[in-house]
Amino acid sequence: MIETKDIVKTFGENEVLKGISAEFKPGKNNLIIGGSGSGKTTLLKCIVGLHEPTNGDVFFDGQNFTNMHFRERVPIRKEIGMLFQNSALFDSMSVADNIMFPLNLFTDMSKSEKQDRANFCLKRVNLDGKGKLHPSELSGGMKKRVGIARAISMQPKYLFVDEPNSGLDPLTSILIDRLISDLTQEYNTTTVVVTHDMNSVMGIGDHIIFLHGGQKWWEGSNKEIAHTNNQELNEFVFASPFMKAAREKL
Amino acid sequence: MFHSLGRYLLLLRLSFRKPEKFSVYWAEVMREMVSEGIGSLGIIVIISLFIGAVATIQTAFQLVSDFIPKTVVGGITRDSTILEFSPTICALVLAGRIGSSIASQIGTMRVTEQIDALEIMGVNAPGFLISPKIIAGVTMIPVLVVVSVILGLSGGYLACAASKEVSTADYLAGLTDGFNPLIVTVCAVKAIVFGFLINSICAYQGFYTSGGALEVGQAATRGVVYSCIMILFADLVISRVLL
Repeated sequence: MIETKDIVKTFGENEVLKGISAEFKPGKNNLIIGGSGSGKTTLLKCIVGLHEPTNGDVFFDGQNFTNMHFRERVPIRKEIGMLFQNSALFDSMSVADNIMFPLNLFTDMSKSEKQDRANFCLKRVNLDGKGKLHPSELSGGMKKRVGIARAISMQPKYLFVDEPNSGLDPLTSILIDRLISDLTQEYNTTTVVVTHDMNSVMGIGDHIIFLHGGQKWWEGSNKEIAHTNNQELNEFVFASPFMKAAREKL
Repeated sequence: MFHSLGRYLLLLRLSFRKPEKFSVYWAEVMREMVSEGIGSLGIIVIISLFIGAVATIQTAFQLVSDFIPKTVVGGITRDSTILEFSPTICALVLAGRIGSSIASQIGTMRVTEQIDALEIMGVNAPGFLISPKIIAGVTMIPVLVVVSVILGLSGGYLACAASKEVSTADYLAGLTDGFNPLIVTVCAVKAIVFGFLINSICAYQGFYTSGGALEVGQAATRGVVYSCIMILFADLVISRVLL
Protein backbone atom coordinates (compact mmCIF):
# COMPACT_ATOMS: atom_id res chain seq x y z
CA MET A 1 0.00 0.00 0.00
CA ILE A 2 1.11 3.55 -0.70
CA GLU A 3 0.09 6.35 1.61
CA THR A 4 0.56 10.10 1.27
CA LYS A 5 0.24 12.34 4.32
CA ASP A 6 -0.38 16.09 3.96
CA ILE A 7 1.68 16.47 0.80
CA VAL A 8 2.42 20.09 0.06
CA LYS A 9 4.45 21.12 -2.97
CA THR A 10 5.33 24.66 -3.90
CA PHE A 11 7.26 25.99 -6.86
CA GLY A 12 8.45 29.44 -5.83
CA GLU A 13 5.31 31.27 -4.71
CA ASN A 14 3.00 28.84 -6.45
CA GLU A 15 1.49 26.23 -4.11
CA VAL A 16 0.57 23.37 -6.44
CA LEU A 17 -0.38 20.73 -3.85
CA LYS A 18 -2.10 21.87 -0.66
CA GLY A 19 -1.86 19.04 1.82
CA ILE A 20 -2.98 15.87 0.07
CA SER A 21 -3.51 12.72 2.10
CA ALA A 22 -4.52 9.56 0.33
CA GLU A 23 -4.19 5.77 0.38
CA PHE A 24 -3.55 3.62 -2.67
CA LYS A 25 -4.33 -0.04 -2.12
CA PRO A 26 -2.76 -3.08 -3.79
CA GLY A 27 -4.63 -4.96 -6.50
CA LYS A 28 -6.69 -1.90 -7.35
CA ASN A 29 -6.52 0.65 -10.14
CA ASN A 30 -6.11 3.89 -8.20
CA LEU A 31 -6.84 6.83 -10.48
CA ILE A 32 -5.83 10.43 -9.87
CA ILE A 33 -8.02 12.66 -11.99
CA GLY A 34 -8.48 16.37 -12.35
CA GLY A 35 -8.30 19.25 -14.79
CA SER A 36 -5.12 20.60 -16.32
CA GLY A 37 -2.98 22.28 -13.67
CA SER A 38 -4.81 20.63 -10.78
CA GLY A 39 -1.57 18.97 -9.58
CA LYS A 40 -2.08 15.35 -10.72
CA THR A 41 1.34 14.83 -12.26
CA THR A 42 3.03 16.81 -9.47
CA LEU A 43 1.43 14.50 -6.91
CA LEU A 44 2.57 11.46 -8.88
CA LYS A 45 6.12 12.85 -9.10
CA CYS A 46 6.12 13.54 -5.36
CA ILE A 47 5.05 9.95 -4.68
CA VAL A 48 7.77 8.40 -6.84
CA GLY A 49 10.44 10.84 -5.62
CA LEU A 50 11.00 12.82 -8.81
CA HIS A 51 9.89 15.89 -6.84
CA GLU A 52 10.65 16.31 -3.17
CA PRO A 53 7.50 17.43 -1.31
CA THR A 54 7.81 20.79 0.43
CA ASN A 55 5.93 19.22 3.31
CA GLY A 56 4.38 15.87 4.14
CA ASP A 57 5.44 12.26 3.73
CA VAL A 58 5.01 9.34 1.37
CA PHE A 59 4.93 5.80 2.75
CA PHE A 60 5.51 2.62 0.75
CA ASP A 61 4.18 -0.27 2.85
CA GLY A 62 4.83 1.73 5.99
CA GLN A 63 8.36 2.87 5.07
CA ASN A 64 8.78 6.62 4.95
CA PHE A 65 10.10 7.14 1.41
CA THR A 66 10.39 10.93 1.74
CA ASN A 67 12.94 10.76 4.56
CA MET A 68 15.19 8.28 2.76
CA HIS A 69 18.47 9.12 1.03
CA PHE A 70 19.14 8.15 -2.58
CA ARG A 71 20.77 4.83 -1.72
CA GLU A 72 18.12 3.92 0.87
CA ARG A 73 15.46 4.44 -1.78
CA VAL A 74 17.04 2.05 -4.28
CA PRO A 75 15.41 -1.17 -2.88
CA ILE A 76 11.97 0.48 -3.10
CA ARG A 77 12.72 1.94 -6.53
CA LYS A 78 13.53 -1.56 -7.79
CA GLU A 79 9.93 -2.46 -6.95
CA ILE A 80 8.54 0.50 -8.89
CA GLY A 81 7.52 0.33 -12.53
CA MET A 82 6.48 3.50 -14.30
CA LEU A 83 4.95 4.31 -17.64
CA PHE A 84 5.60 7.91 -18.64
CA GLN A 85 3.32 10.13 -20.66
CA ASN A 86 5.68 10.02 -23.64
CA SER A 87 6.81 6.48 -22.82
CA ALA A 88 10.40 7.72 -22.15
CA LEU A 89 12.01 4.80 -23.97
CA PHE A 90 15.77 5.04 -24.40
CA ASP A 91 16.26 6.06 -28.04
CA SER A 92 19.72 4.57 -28.34
CA MET A 93 18.54 1.08 -27.39
CA SER A 94 16.37 -1.50 -29.14
CA VAL A 95 13.01 -2.44 -27.66
CA ALA A 96 14.49 -5.61 -26.11
CA ASP A 97 17.43 -3.67 -24.66
CA ASN A 98 15.02 -1.14 -23.14
CA ILE A 99 13.20 -3.96 -21.36
CA MET A 100 16.43 -5.68 -20.31
CA PHE A 101 18.00 -2.45 -19.05
CA PRO A 102 16.79 -2.71 -15.42
CA LEU A 103 17.54 -6.44 -15.47
CA ASN A 104 21.12 -5.71 -16.59
CA LEU A 105 21.63 -3.27 -13.75
CA PHE A 106 19.87 -4.89 -10.86
CA THR A 107 19.81 -8.65 -11.40
CA ASP A 108 22.35 -11.43 -11.82
CA MET A 109 20.31 -13.13 -14.51
CA SER A 110 22.19 -14.73 -17.41
CA LYS A 111 21.89 -13.23 -20.88
CA SER A 112 19.45 -15.94 -22.02
CA GLU A 113 17.33 -15.50 -18.89
CA LYS A 114 17.14 -11.77 -19.53
CA GLN A 115 16.20 -12.34 -23.14
CA ASP A 116 13.52 -14.82 -22.07
CA ARG A 117 12.14 -12.28 -19.61
CA ALA A 118 12.14 -9.54 -22.27
CA ASN A 119 10.36 -11.85 -24.71
CA PHE A 120 7.81 -12.77 -22.04
CA CYS A 121 7.13 -9.10 -21.26
CA LEU A 122 6.79 -8.28 -24.95
CA LYS A 123 4.40 -11.19 -25.43
CA ARG A 124 2.39 -10.00 -22.45
CA VAL A 125 1.82 -6.63 -24.13
CA ASN A 126 1.13 -8.25 -27.52
CA LEU A 127 4.38 -7.14 -29.13
CA ASP A 128 5.83 -10.55 -29.71
CA GLY A 129 8.83 -10.44 -32.07
CA LYS A 130 9.31 -6.66 -31.98
CA GLY A 131 12.37 -6.76 -29.73
CA LYS A 132 14.85 -5.77 -32.42
CA LEU A 133 13.02 -2.58 -33.42
CA HIS A 134 14.08 0.81 -32.11
CA PRO A 135 11.66 3.25 -30.42
CA SER A 136 11.72 5.52 -33.50
CA GLU A 137 10.21 2.67 -35.53
CA LEU A 138 7.18 2.27 -33.23
CA SER A 139 3.74 3.90 -33.23
CA GLY A 140 2.52 5.82 -30.17
CA GLY A 141 0.45 2.87 -28.92
CA MET A 142 3.33 0.45 -29.40
CA LYS A 143 5.66 2.78 -27.47
CA LYS A 144 3.20 2.80 -24.59
CA ARG A 145 3.08 -0.98 -24.61
CA VAL A 146 6.88 -1.22 -24.66
CA GLY A 147 6.88 1.26 -21.76
CA ILE A 148 4.53 -1.07 -19.88
CA ALA A 149 6.70 -4.08 -20.78
CA ARG A 150 9.76 -2.27 -19.37
CA ALA A 151 7.79 -1.26 -16.28
CA ILE A 152 6.80 -4.88 -15.53
CA SER A 153 10.17 -6.44 -16.37
CA MET A 154 11.26 -6.38 -12.71
CA GLN A 155 7.82 -7.65 -11.53
CA PRO A 156 7.02 -4.42 -9.68
CA LYS A 157 4.97 -4.11 -6.53
CA TYR A 158 4.02 -0.57 -7.44
CA LEU A 159 2.99 0.54 -10.92
CA PHE A 160 2.71 4.22 -11.81
CA VAL A 161 1.18 5.39 -15.04
CA ASP A 162 1.15 8.99 -16.21
CA GLU A 163 -1.51 9.87 -18.80
CA PRO A 164 -1.57 6.46 -20.51
CA ASN A 165 -4.10 7.53 -23.14
CA SER A 166 -2.63 10.81 -24.31
CA GLY A 167 -2.21 10.89 -28.07
CA LEU A 168 -3.87 7.53 -28.61
CA ASP A 169 -6.98 6.64 -30.58
CA PRO A 170 -9.99 5.41 -28.52
CA LEU A 171 -9.48 1.75 -29.42
CA THR A 172 -5.79 1.74 -28.47
CA SER A 173 -6.67 3.66 -25.30
CA ILE A 174 -9.07 0.93 -24.26
CA LEU A 175 -6.44 -1.73 -24.99
CA ILE A 176 -3.89 0.10 -22.83
CA ASP A 177 -6.44 0.53 -20.02
CA ARG A 178 -7.29 -3.17 -20.13
CA LEU A 179 -3.63 -4.08 -20.10
CA ILE A 180 -2.98 -1.91 -17.03
CA SER A 181 -6.00 -3.35 -15.27
CA ASP A 182 -5.08 -6.96 -16.13
CA LEU A 183 -1.49 -6.46 -14.93
CA THR A 184 -2.75 -4.96 -11.69
CA GLN A 185 -4.82 -8.09 -11.04
CA GLU A 186 -2.12 -10.44 -12.26
CA TYR A 187 0.75 -9.04 -10.14
CA ASN A 188 -1.43 -7.58 -7.36
CA THR A 189 0.38 -4.28 -7.88
CA THR A 190 -0.52 -1.02 -6.24
CA THR A 191 -1.33 0.83 -9.44
CA VAL A 192 -1.61 4.61 -9.56
CA VAL A 193 -2.83 6.10 -12.83
CA VAL A 194 -2.91 9.81 -13.57
CA THR A 195 -5.49 10.53 -16.23
CA HIS A 196 -8.16 12.90 -17.42
CA ASP A 197 -9.63 10.42 -19.83
CA MET A 198 -13.21 9.67 -18.80
CA ASN A 199 -13.25 6.33 -20.61
CA SER A 200 -10.40 5.21 -18.34
CA VAL A 201 -12.20 6.57 -15.29
CA MET A 202 -15.40 4.68 -16.07
CA GLY A 203 -13.59 1.59 -17.35
CA ILE A 204 -10.93 0.84 -14.75
CA GLY A 205 -11.41 3.32 -11.89
CA ASP A 206 -11.62 1.07 -8.81
CA HIS A 207 -10.55 3.93 -6.59
CA ILE A 208 -10.58 7.52 -7.81
CA ILE A 209 -9.15 10.67 -6.31
CA PHE A 210 -10.30 13.95 -7.85
CA LEU A 211 -7.91 16.88 -7.46
CA HIS A 212 -9.11 20.43 -7.78
CA GLY A 213 -6.93 23.48 -7.19
CA GLY A 214 -4.21 21.37 -5.60
CA GLN A 215 -6.57 19.79 -3.05
CA LYS A 216 -8.22 16.39 -2.77
CA TRP A 217 -11.76 17.34 -3.70
CA TRP A 218 -13.47 13.97 -3.92
CA GLU A 219 -12.70 10.28 -3.43
CA GLY A 220 -14.69 7.25 -4.50
CA SER A 221 -15.11 4.61 -7.21
CA ASN A 222 -16.31 4.70 -10.82
CA LYS A 223 -19.67 3.41 -9.64
CA GLU A 224 -20.08 6.35 -7.29
CA ILE A 225 -18.77 9.06 -9.60
CA ALA A 226 -21.90 9.23 -11.74
CA HIS A 227 -24.14 9.90 -8.76
CA THR A 228 -22.13 12.41 -6.80
CA ASN A 229 -23.40 15.90 -6.04
CA ASN A 230 -19.94 17.42 -6.02
CA GLN A 231 -20.29 20.38 -8.37
CA GLU A 232 -16.65 20.68 -9.46
CA LEU A 233 -16.41 16.95 -10.08
CA ASN A 234 -19.61 16.95 -12.09
CA GLU A 235 -18.35 19.85 -14.19
CA PHE A 236 -15.18 17.90 -14.88
CA VAL A 237 -16.70 14.48 -15.50
CA PHE A 238 -19.72 15.58 -17.48
CA ALA A 239 -18.09 18.36 -19.46
CA SER A 240 -18.68 16.67 -22.82
CA PRO A 241 -22.19 16.33 -24.38
CA PHE A 242 -21.56 12.59 -24.71
CA MET A 243 -20.98 12.18 -20.98
CA LYS A 244 -23.99 14.39 -20.21
CA ALA A 245 -26.16 12.16 -22.40
CA ALA A 246 -24.69 9.07 -20.76
CA ARG A 247 -25.51 10.45 -17.32
CA GLU A 248 -29.13 11.01 -18.24
CA LYS A 249 -29.42 7.36 -19.23
CA LEU A 250 -27.91 6.17 -15.94
CA MET B 1 27.47 32.30 -11.27
CA PHE B 2 28.30 30.78 -7.84
CA HIS B 3 24.96 28.94 -7.90
CA SER B 4 25.88 27.37 -11.28
CA LEU B 5 29.40 26.54 -10.10
CA GLY B 6 28.03 24.86 -6.99
CA ARG B 7 25.49 22.89 -9.03
CA TYR B 8 28.23 21.88 -11.49
CA LEU B 9 30.46 20.61 -8.65
CA LEU B 10 27.58 18.72 -7.03
CA LEU B 11 26.72 17.12 -10.36
CA LEU B 12 30.34 16.02 -10.74
CA ARG B 13 30.24 14.50 -7.26
CA LEU B 14 27.05 12.60 -8.13
CA SER B 15 28.60 11.47 -11.41
CA PHE B 16 31.39 9.63 -9.65
CA ARG B 17 29.31 7.71 -7.13
CA LYS B 18 29.84 3.97 -6.99
CA PRO B 19 28.16 2.41 -10.06
CA GLU B 20 25.18 0.09 -9.63
CA LYS B 21 26.87 -2.51 -11.84
CA PHE B 22 30.40 -2.01 -13.10
CA SER B 23 29.99 -4.08 -16.28
CA VAL B 24 27.07 -1.95 -17.53
CA TYR B 25 29.03 1.26 -16.92
CA TRP B 26 32.12 -0.23 -18.57
CA ALA B 27 30.09 -0.99 -21.70
CA GLU B 28 28.94 2.65 -21.72
CA VAL B 29 32.54 3.86 -21.37
CA MET B 30 33.58 1.72 -24.35
CA ARG B 31 30.65 3.01 -26.41
CA GLU B 32 31.55 6.61 -25.59
CA MET B 33 35.22 6.00 -26.36
CA VAL B 34 34.32 4.75 -29.81
CA SER B 35 31.92 7.63 -30.35
CA GLU B 36 34.31 10.34 -29.16
CA GLY B 37 37.55 8.80 -30.42
CA ILE B 38 36.82 7.02 -33.69
CA GLY B 39 33.95 9.38 -34.48
CA SER B 40 36.21 12.43 -34.27
CA LEU B 41 39.18 10.96 -36.10
CA GLY B 42 38.19 12.25 -39.56
CA ILE B 43 37.96 15.91 -38.59
CA ILE B 44 41.15 15.69 -36.52
CA VAL B 45 43.08 14.19 -39.47
CA ILE B 46 41.94 16.97 -41.80
CA ILE B 47 42.57 19.94 -39.50
CA SER B 48 45.90 18.61 -38.21
CA LEU B 49 47.41 18.10 -41.66
CA PHE B 50 46.39 21.61 -42.73
CA ILE B 51 47.43 23.28 -39.47
CA GLY B 52 50.89 21.66 -39.62
CA ALA B 53 51.37 22.61 -43.25
CA VAL B 54 50.21 26.21 -42.74
CA ALA B 55 52.31 26.62 -39.58
CA THR B 56 55.41 25.47 -41.49
CA ILE B 57 54.76 27.70 -44.50
CA GLN B 58 54.10 30.79 -42.36
CA THR B 59 57.09 30.18 -40.11
CA ALA B 60 59.33 29.72 -43.15
CA PHE B 61 57.94 32.92 -44.68
CA GLN B 62 58.77 34.93 -41.54
CA LEU B 63 62.21 33.45 -40.97
CA VAL B 64 63.73 33.49 -44.44
CA SER B 65 67.11 35.07 -43.75
CA ASP B 66 70.72 34.13 -44.33
CA PHE B 67 71.38 34.65 -40.61
CA ILE B 68 68.85 32.09 -39.43
CA PRO B 69 69.40 28.39 -40.00
CA LYS B 70 66.56 26.72 -41.92
CA THR B 71 66.30 24.03 -39.27
CA VAL B 72 64.65 26.61 -36.99
CA VAL B 73 61.45 26.23 -39.03
CA GLY B 74 61.15 22.59 -37.99
CA GLY B 75 61.79 23.47 -34.33
CA ILE B 76 59.20 26.25 -34.25
CA THR B 77 56.61 24.13 -36.05
CA ARG B 78 57.24 21.27 -33.61
CA ASP B 79 56.92 23.44 -30.50
CA SER B 80 53.88 25.39 -31.68
CA THR B 81 52.14 22.22 -32.87
CA ILE B 82 52.80 20.26 -29.68
CA LEU B 83 52.23 23.14 -27.29
CA GLU B 84 49.33 24.96 -28.85
CA PHE B 85 47.94 24.01 -32.22
CA SER B 86 47.24 20.33 -31.62
CA PRO B 87 45.81 20.42 -28.09
CA THR B 88 44.00 23.75 -28.22
CA ILE B 89 42.66 23.87 -31.75
CA CYS B 90 41.69 20.20 -31.58
CA ALA B 91 39.91 20.86 -28.29
CA LEU B 92 38.02 23.83 -29.75
CA VAL B 93 36.95 21.77 -32.74
CA LEU B 94 36.02 18.83 -30.50
CA ALA B 95 34.00 21.14 -28.25
CA GLY B 96 31.83 21.79 -31.29
CA ARG B 97 31.68 18.21 -32.45
CA ILE B 98 31.47 16.25 -29.19
CA GLY B 99 30.20 18.96 -26.85
CA SER B 100 27.11 19.88 -28.82
CA SER B 101 26.30 16.19 -29.23
CA ILE B 102 26.61 15.52 -25.48
CA ALA B 103 24.55 18.54 -24.45
CA SER B 104 21.80 17.87 -26.97
CA GLN B 105 21.74 14.12 -26.24
CA ILE B 106 21.43 14.55 -22.47
CA GLY B 107 19.13 17.57 -22.89
CA THR B 108 16.78 15.56 -25.10
CA MET B 109 16.81 12.73 -22.56
CA ARG B 110 15.84 15.27 -19.91
CA VAL B 111 12.92 16.83 -21.79
CA THR B 112 11.60 13.45 -22.95
CA GLU B 113 11.64 12.13 -19.34
CA GLN B 114 14.29 9.48 -20.10
CA ILE B 115 16.39 10.78 -17.19
CA ASP B 116 13.30 10.58 -14.95
CA ALA B 117 12.87 6.98 -16.10
CA LEU B 118 16.45 6.21 -15.06
CA GLU B 119 15.91 7.80 -11.64
CA ILE B 120 12.64 5.92 -11.10
CA MET B 121 14.49 2.65 -11.74
CA GLY B 122 16.98 3.57 -9.02
CA VAL B 123 19.80 4.34 -11.43
CA ASN B 124 22.16 7.18 -10.50
CA ALA B 125 21.41 9.14 -13.69
CA PRO B 126 24.42 11.53 -13.49
CA GLY B 127 26.71 8.56 -12.93
CA PHE B 128 25.27 6.53 -15.76
CA LEU B 129 25.09 9.38 -18.26
CA ILE B 130 28.00 11.65 -17.39
CA SER B 131 30.87 9.63 -15.88
CA PRO B 132 31.34 7.36 -18.96
CA LYS B 133 31.52 10.46 -21.14
CA ILE B 134 34.08 12.15 -18.91
CA ILE B 135 36.19 8.98 -18.71
CA ALA B 136 36.00 8.61 -22.49
CA GLY B 137 36.91 12.28 -22.91
CA VAL B 138 39.98 12.25 -20.68
CA THR B 139 41.27 9.11 -22.39
CA MET B 140 40.34 9.64 -26.04
CA ILE B 141 41.06 13.36 -26.42
CA PRO B 142 44.74 12.86 -25.46
CA VAL B 143 44.88 10.02 -28.01
CA LEU B 144 43.37 12.31 -30.64
CA VAL B 145 45.88 15.01 -29.71
CA VAL B 146 48.77 12.54 -30.18
CA VAL B 147 47.36 11.67 -33.61
CA SER B 148 47.01 15.38 -34.31
CA VAL B 149 50.64 16.10 -33.35
CA ILE B 150 51.93 13.32 -35.61
CA LEU B 151 49.77 14.47 -38.52
CA GLY B 152 50.53 18.14 -37.90
CA LEU B 153 54.26 17.50 -38.12
CA SER B 154 53.64 15.30 -41.17
CA GLY B 155 51.67 18.17 -42.72
CA GLY B 156 54.70 20.41 -42.16
CA TYR B 157 56.91 17.83 -43.88
CA LEU B 158 54.56 17.69 -46.86
CA ALA B 159 54.52 21.50 -47.05
CA CYS B 160 58.34 21.54 -47.11
CA ALA B 161 58.38 18.84 -49.79
CA ALA B 162 55.91 20.80 -51.89
CA SER B 163 57.29 24.34 -51.49
CA LYS B 164 61.10 23.74 -51.48
CA GLU B 165 61.62 26.90 -49.38
CA VAL B 166 62.86 24.69 -46.57
CA SER B 167 64.29 21.31 -47.47
CA THR B 168 62.73 18.25 -45.87
CA ALA B 169 66.15 17.36 -44.44
CA ASP B 170 66.37 20.76 -42.68
CA TYR B 171 62.80 20.36 -41.46
CA LEU B 172 63.47 16.90 -40.01
CA ALA B 173 66.71 18.10 -38.41
CA GLY B 174 64.81 21.01 -36.88
CA LEU B 175 62.21 18.67 -35.42
CA THR B 176 64.86 16.97 -33.28
CA ASP B 177 67.05 19.98 -32.48
CA GLY B 178 66.79 21.29 -28.92
CA PHE B 179 63.81 19.12 -28.08
CA ASN B 180 62.57 19.75 -24.53
CA PRO B 181 60.42 16.85 -23.24
CA LEU B 182 58.50 19.29 -21.01
CA ILE B 183 56.41 20.37 -24.01
CA VAL B 184 55.04 16.83 -24.29
CA THR B 185 54.02 16.94 -20.63
CA VAL B 186 52.31 20.29 -21.13
CA CYS B 187 50.54 18.94 -24.21
CA ALA B 188 49.33 15.87 -22.30
CA VAL B 189 48.10 17.93 -19.34
CA LYS B 190 46.24 20.27 -21.68
CA ALA B 191 44.63 17.39 -23.57
CA ILE B 192 43.41 15.71 -20.36
CA VAL B 193 42.09 18.97 -18.87
CA PHE B 194 40.38 19.97 -22.13
CA GLY B 195 38.79 16.51 -22.41
CA PHE B 196 37.40 16.86 -18.91
CA LEU B 197 36.12 20.39 -19.50
CA ILE B 198 34.37 19.65 -22.79
CA ASN B 199 32.56 16.59 -21.46
CA SER B 200 31.66 17.88 -18.00
CA ILE B 201 30.51 21.36 -19.05
CA CYS B 202 28.39 20.15 -21.95
CA ALA B 203 26.93 17.30 -19.85
CA TYR B 204 26.04 19.83 -17.13
CA GLN B 205 24.29 22.07 -19.64
CA GLY B 206 22.33 19.13 -21.03
CA PHE B 207 21.46 17.65 -17.65
CA TYR B 208 19.77 20.79 -16.37
CA THR B 209 17.83 21.53 -19.54
CA SER B 210 14.13 22.17 -19.06
CA GLY B 211 11.48 22.88 -21.64
CA GLY B 212 11.59 21.54 -25.17
CA ALA B 213 13.47 21.51 -28.45
CA LEU B 214 14.32 25.22 -28.26
CA GLU B 215 15.92 24.86 -24.83
CA VAL B 216 17.85 21.76 -25.93
CA GLY B 217 19.35 23.79 -28.78
CA GLN B 218 20.17 26.64 -26.39
CA ALA B 219 21.80 24.20 -23.96
CA ALA B 220 23.97 22.78 -26.75
CA THR B 221 25.03 26.29 -27.80
CA ARG B 222 25.79 27.28 -24.20
CA GLY B 223 27.75 24.09 -23.68
CA VAL B 224 29.97 24.73 -26.70
CA VAL B 225 30.49 28.44 -25.90
CA TYR B 226 31.31 27.85 -22.22
CA SER B 227 33.59 24.92 -23.09
CA CYS B 228 35.53 27.04 -25.59
CA ILE B 229 35.94 29.88 -23.08
CA MET B 230 37.07 27.47 -20.35
CA ILE B 231 39.47 25.73 -22.76
CA LEU B 232 41.16 29.05 -23.54
CA PHE B 233 41.25 30.01 -19.87
CA ALA B 234 42.71 26.60 -18.88
CA ASP B 235 45.20 26.91 -21.75
CA LEU B 236 46.46 30.17 -20.27
CA VAL B 237 46.65 28.79 -16.71
CA ILE B 238 48.44 25.57 -17.72
CA SER B 239 50.93 27.45 -19.92
CA ARG B 240 51.64 29.96 -17.14
CA VAL B 241 52.05 27.28 -14.47
CA LEU B 242 53.99 24.62 -16.37
CA LEU B 243 56.21 26.62 -18.72
